[in-house]
Amino acid sequence: MKKILVYSRFNRFWHWMQSMLIFFLALTGFEIHGSLNFFGFEQAVTFHNTAAIMFLILIGLAIFWHFTTGEWRQYLPTRKHLRAQVEYYITGIFRNTPHPTKKTALTKLNPLQRLVYLALKILVIPIMVFSGLLYMFYRYPQSSGIQSLNIENLGTIAFLHTAGAFILISFIITHVYLITTGRTLTSNLKAMITGYEVLEHETTIIHHSEQKVISENVIEATK
Amino acid sequence: MKRFIIPLLAMAIIALFFIATITKKEVEPTPLAELKTQFKKEKPSVDHSKFSQLRKKFVKPQDVTAACIDCHNERHTEVMKSSHWNWEREEYIEGRGIRYVGKKNILNNFCIGINTNEQSCNKCHIGYGWGDKDFDFTNANNVDCLACHDNSDTYVKKSSGAGMPDLSVDLAFVAQRVGRPTKSNCGTCHFFGGGGNNVKHGDLEKALFDTHRDVDVHMGTDGGNLDCVDCHKTEKHQMLGKVYSLSSMNRNRSTCEQCHTETPHTNSVINEHTVKVACQTCHIPEYAKVNSTKLAWDWSTAGKLKNGEPFETFDSLGNITYASIKGTFTWGRNVQPEYIWFNGTASHYLTGDSVSADSPIQMNTLHGSYDDPDAKIIPVKVHRAIQPYDPINKFVVQPKTYANKVGEGGFWKDFDWNSSIQHGMDYVGLPYSGKYAFAKTEMYWPINHMVSPKAKTVQCNECHTQTNSRIANLKDFYIPGRDQNAAIEMFGFGTIMLSLFGVTIHAVVRIISKKKN
Repeated sequence: MKKILVYSRFNRFWHWMQSMLIFFLALTGFEIHGSLNFFGFEQAVTFHNTAAIMFLILIGLAIFWHFTTGEWRQYLPTRKHLRAQVEYYITGIFRNTPHPTKKTALTKLNPLQRLVYLALKILVIPIMVFSGLLYMFYRYPQSSGIQSLNIENLGTIAFLHTAGAFILISFIITHVYLITTGRTLTSNLKAMITGYEVLEHETTIIHHSEQKVISENVIEATK
Repeated sequence: MKRFIIPLLAMAIIALFFIATITKKEVEPTPLAELKTQFKKEKPSVDHSKFSQLRKKFVKPQDVTAACIDCHNERHTEVMKSSHWNWEREEYIEGRGIRYVGKKNILNNFCIGINTNEQSCNKCHIGYGWGDKDFDFTNANNVDCLACHDNSDTYVKKSSGAGMPDLSVDLAFVAQRVGRPTKSNCGTCHFFGGGGNNVKHGDLEKALFDTHRDVDVHMGTDGGNLDCVDCHKTEKHQMLGKVYSLSSMNRNRSTCEQCHTETPHTNSVINEHTVKVACQTCHIPEYAKVNSTKLAWDWSTAGKLKNGEPFETFDSLGNITYASIKGTFTWGRNVQPEYIWFNGTASHYLTGDSVSADSPIQMNTLHGSYDDPDAKIIPVKVHRAIQPYDPINKFVVQPKTYANKVGEGGFWKDFDWNSSIQHGMDYVGLPYSGKYAFAKTEMYWPINHMVSPKAKTVQCNECHTQTNSRIANLKDFYIPGRDQNAAIEMFGFGTIMLSLFGVTIHAVVRIISKKKN
């Protein structure tokens, strides 16, 4: 049992920044959608657009981080232990059986998480970004001047964007609940705040200076 | 840890400011003082009271015109080309081709039409003596210069005098005090169309002679204090602007953009609205802000008499609610406009068009739709009426309403629809079957005046809302906040409920199983 740095400082910054932005985007977005009244429509639009741009910047930074550190390999899907992981959540967890997969700094994500997060990264988030950008930059067809990004009707874009928002909210509900299914009720939350988590199968404490080595190991491990 | 998070946050914030700054449009403020200099009333370079030609007694108003033409010796030709003089324009109407339309021949759903009624209606013609269709439009001396150029505020036209001045007018006094048209010149006719103050337009009424910026930010004496002709710019007596009750083509319009540009807002999202939304839509939240305007007119009840005499009834505000000569009226004050798509072209019910009374007859149709790149959402007053038509020939009819005395066929004296319609239709050269009925009609009046100060602008959530959206009737497109897709809402609600349900059950089972163990 060792205390291991599982989430690097950028990883944590990215995670919490993203969570705040998604919460804020949901709040302002659903006000624009007509579901609630908080800031007032005009403010909600302004805030939503501003937060969207911050989110884009964050996504840019995160993509850079994923590729330079090799962390993207954490999300490669695998069928190994997938069934065991599903069975754990359905039955094992109630019988106090141990997690079927061992969390290490090299494999933070269990097979189910890999699948879900990958789907978020390559499907839901891109849909939100793409429909969001179209939403911001579309132009109605005009008789004068050549327009790029002409769209006839905002409806399709808006419906896609709304559907994505609903999926994200469902994800967050499940995600927040699953935080409590770690080694202890709060161990996952603590780890995402401090970066360190007590892991059974790690043998050494990993220091900042060794991060690079780990990254290389991750690449090795997934090859 | 902090040494990285803080720079990152700083970076994000700096990037944000950068983006916010480049997307923000720089606009010059237009302070009231600057506008007032720009539109200050110039002292004229000519004092007409010093001209000997005008310092004499004028017997006939035509003599004044002759005196005007003596010096301004080509101006009358400009005037005589104008719609103010001809009461018609050459227009291309979609599906109809080139037509000559105007007050001269178009029917409305107020007093209906000028034909046979010229003595009364044509009080507002800028000419002398247009009493019937034999009026000579080529006689320059019949041009009434004073109606528009009197600056003494003493010139009035005679009631039912076919455009002749009232006998009380001192023609020489007025002739010596001519100048640039003021609100009172234009307003004398344009505020009283339809037979009374604010009857027709709803946004043009006598309160504008002297008003506050709360009522009209441009014309208010404590606002821009603009005259009509400051916006309705005029070159060679051809004025910018016309109303689509009579005109059809997208030309010679007086627009907000001529001063304010197409993108006057600091917020770029609001600027984008101008592609599809006319300025007036947001900036004129309501019309008829001071005095009521007529919203509905039911001719079918006209003709009731009390002790053999016509009578009138009034509401608490002093508006006529029933008049034997005209029927029943509905009035409105502080009215929220209706909204339609409009691309700048209109068509009209033209005399002799065959109609069906199954649905309200459209006296004018303003064209446009969401898909039309030229169309914008505009505010309109819709005037609804029930007016006489010929159910056999399928014509909206021209009745003779005005008459000097009983027995001439005028409805206002004889209260006999058959004879009134017979006289009118004979006059315009159309058959009358001898049977009349009453049909519902609608007429669309774009609202352009009574622009409110910024603080009273229509707010986002007055349209972007699911309940009582101002544009609830414009259903052919999506706007956020108003429209939702039922399937996606159901999917979203379902997914969220399923997630909540799932995690709750899971948590409960976990707690129970933990206790057992």
